[in-house]
Amino acid sequence: MSVANRPSNRPLSPHLQVYRPQLTTMLSILHRATGIALSVGALYLATWVVYAASSPKAYALFQEFNGSIAGRFVLGGWLFSAFFHLCNGIRHLFWDAGYGFELKDAYRSGWIVVGVSLVATVLSWIVGLRLM
Amino acid sequence: MTDLRTPLARARGLGSAKDGVHHWWIQRLTAIALIPLVVWFAISLVMMTGADYAVVRAWIGSPLVMVLLILTIGIGLHHGQLGLQVVWEDYTDGALRVVMIVLTKFIAVVFGLGAIVAIMRIGFGG
Repeated sequence: MSVANRPSNRPLSPHLQVYRPQLTTMLSILHRATGIALSVGALYLATWVVYAASSPKAYALFQEFNGSIAGRFVLGGWLFSAFFHLCNGIRHLFWDAGYGFELKDAYRSGWIVVGVSLVATVLSWIVGLRLM
Repeated sequence: MTDLRTPLARARGLGSAKDGVHHWWIQRLTAIALIPLVVWFAISLVMMTGADYAVVRAWIGSPLVMVLLILTIGIGLHHGQLGLQVVWEDYTDGALRVVMIVLTKFIAVVFGLGAIVAIMRIGFGG
């Protein structure tokens, strides 16, 4: 057996359920969750332009779904996911460049991300609903 | 099986072939490109609420929008499949992992190409 494969008797690090939820962990999980949602959302947007390129009748079908409760939930959720992933992604880029690692800064930037993405989401929902 | 190589040689054999940061770097590059694109697209999407078939087609078909939309969907899907690859690598193993990663990449390419053809068809009047 090679050195790399030898089982270890060393203790495992504490598992996820041991930790009290923290802002930093929650935002990290949310970043991945919104990333997955946006990937599926990108397929939805690709489908949207394909429908727009086909007949008015087919497009009306797509529009009908967009206008429904489920459709509004999808589009509204897409907007929140986009704003959050965008803001938190910029936060990640700053970390990549070596800035904002102090605990105090990580929390401050985290709350800024929460604030900005919520405000942008609510604003876009209000504008969208008024235009409807 | 006996491995006659030294531990150092073994470690060298396991390492990257000089492009170990390629995935990481492209993920960052596409992320930076998506910052202005997503802001533009989110604002456009909200402003288009309730727009009918003709208005949507006229918007998609204008030259600047065509370029920006192809960039947004293409780079967005590329960034997305890079991210999903890491998700599969974190939570799956063995054959399932390989199948899911290949499937993810294929779906991204098919939907991306479909969207580009659709946008060009609208723009060039097909």
